[in-house]
Amino acid sequence: MAGEIRHLDSYDADWQKRRSKIPKGSPLLNLSASGWESFKRLGFPTDRRGSELWKYTDVRAINAEAFRWGLPSARPELESINEIVPLPPHWINFVYVDGEPVANGPQLPSRGGMESSTDWTTRIGIIAEHDQSAFVALNSAFCSRAQAVVVDEAGLPPVHVVWISTGGGSASRVNYPRMVYQGRPGQSATLIETHVSLTDEALLEVPVVEIDLEPDAELSHYRFQISKSSTYHIATTRVRQAARSSYRAISFAAGAAIGRQDMHAHLDEGAECVLHGLYVTNGTQHQSNEISTTHAKPNGTSHQYYKGILSGTSQAVFSGKVVVERNAQKTDAEQKDLNLLLSHGAEIDTKPSLEIYADDVQCSHGATAGHVDEDTLFYLHSRGIDYQTAQAMLIRGFAQEIVDEFDLPELRNFASRQMDELMPALQASSDTIGTA
Amino acid sequence: MLLQVADLRCCVAETGEEILRGVDLEVGLGEVHAIMGPNGSGKSTLANVLMGKPTYEVIGGDIVVEGESILEMAPDQRAHLGLFLAMQYPSEVPGVRPWQFLKAAKDAIDEANGRPKMSVRDFSRLFDAKVASVGINPGLVKRALNEGFSGGEKKRNEVLQLQVLEPRWAIMDETDSGLDIDALQAVADGVNAMRSPERSFVIVTHYQRLLRYVQPDVVHVLVNGKIVESGNASLAESVEKTGYSAYLPD
Repeated sequence: MAGEIRHLDSYDADWQKRRSKIPKGSPLLNLSASGWESFKRLGFPTDRRGSELWKYTDVRAINAEAFRWGLPSARPELESINEIVPLPPHWINFVYVDGEPVANGPQLPSRGGMESSTDWTTRIGIIAEHDQSAFVALNSAFCSRAQAVVVDEAGLPPVHVVWISTGGGSASRVNYPRMVYQGRPGQSATLIETHVSLTDEALLEVPVVEIDLEPDAELSHYRFQISKSSTYHIATTRVRQAARSSYRAISFAAGAAIGRQDMHAHLDEGAECVLHGLYVTNGTQHQSNEISTTHAKPNGTSHQYYKGILSGTSQAVFSGKVVVERNAQKTDAEQKDLNLLLSHGAEIDTKPSLEIYADDVQCSHGATAGHVDEDTLFYLHSRGIDYQTAQAMLIRGFAQEIVDEFDLPELRNFASRQMDELMPALQASSDTIGTA
Repeated sequence: MLLQVADLRCCVAETGEEILRGVDLEVGLGEVHAIMGPNGSGKSTLANVLMGKPTYEVIGGDIVVEGESILEMAPDQRAHLGLFLAMQYPSEVPGVRPWQFLKAAKDAIDEANGRPKMSVRDFSRLFDAKVASVGINPGLVKRALNEGFSGGEKKRNEVLQLQVLEPRWAIMDETDSGLDIDALQAVADGVNAMRSPERSFVIVTHYQRLLRYVQPDVVHVLVNGKIVESGNASLAESVEKTGYSAYLPD
């Protein structure tokens, strides 16, 4: 795959700066160096011909801009952040603003159950390999902080890791959030990952999250991508599931000029993997879901279920893949992508695919794209509900199934609020119904 | 308090296919009218056109309620005026619960008529009482509207809406179709409970069976987009005996 880096000089200057700050003997030196080499070799995947992974996501705009690392950051108070994202005191909250931890944020709990985050440098780069993806490579080259969450005790409250991008008053800023989660054998936990961009300037966010579930570990992972239409958000999540572990990811993504979630889970024997998500696009936004599950051993279960709401001339992609390897007998996999198109100009490219090399499996897949149903709209309208409200109820109703999966009340409310805020613009740029 | 349909003609908006070819109907205060007819005669179209369904285009005649034409009114405005259509095939509405749907409808109608909105608590009380009286499984109304409801449950749910919204003109579009005898009885009881000197019904039906439980004042036979005969309740019985063939061209 031929890639390119238009502003290599600028990235190179920033990388030299980054490298000079890594302490001698730190494992980061290696990671940063090999990440940088991979990035230079791979380049941004701007040539989409023959590239299955980047066929629908055009990153030329990202390549065109010289995104800078190490710009000064804004430091809003935690109280004001509290109004943007839910940070209940009974959770363990970690808040980063423009890549820096918020000083007056809650400290690491003194109790057991979580190891100190100081050892993060040895933990990252194991599950997410940077030699395949330019964006993982970039993150590895530049990452200067990572949040490590290691769960080795029962009864831990939900852990919420928040990355807020204010831009810090600068245009063309890039942030490299990184997190590594490790669930010790048999331990279960709830992890919330929230990315919010607040700047109207061009911004690049390149998060990488590595999740390692040991045998019988369980994780509920809720993810929010709340972006501005000047934001490029290219995220990678890698999940390694040991035998009988259970991973459940619920995601909500909206607002980015280019948003992408590249997610891959690798399942050992008897593991269970649920990947559900809601994506909402409008204007000229692009949101891509590159979702794949690999069943490497027998008796695994996986469930991919995504829903999209598209308006304006926006574009979304669901590229879901389930791979069942030769000895992964008795695999049970289901894959579904449903889309609601609110305008004629919106485009969904949905490509559910199954690659099955075992013979005793149960797999199904499907995808739909449709408009708000006219008869259903008439049903509500005929009951006295005005047209706009009826349409809004149906759009919200479509989203509700995934919103309800954010099954902590704080998160469900947060997801509902995001939908409420998106609704007026979605309806204003809708033209597929209501023309009668 | 009169619903008048005068020489009403309409076609399918998309294809131009003419369905109603000059329907005349007068429904007086407190009256129950039955519209019977064979498949494809235009019965359901008439019901939907009265409510303003945009799939159909009115190409002639008028619909007049209390002296004023409602042809230019959108479906929600007709509902505010007091019209109600119980659907033949109620849509499934993902993510919207019956309570939420009905509260939004009641609020909209109350607001349009200058009445205060009902409090959540009062509405819930009314809702629960009506759910019980119509005989709907209370577990069902916690689901999304009509999703996974059986045919009978959907029709009971339409009667629930009728009872909560208390329209002045209730149009029932084949509410009896596909019901077993218990559901039919329940639906009929629900309709009978709503009969009042202040409320009129237009009951569209293929068979006479609902009319055994809900006694109509006037029966009309609609064939090929026109009312070909009107009479009292005994007309329904004779149609049941002889079928519609007498009205159809050979």
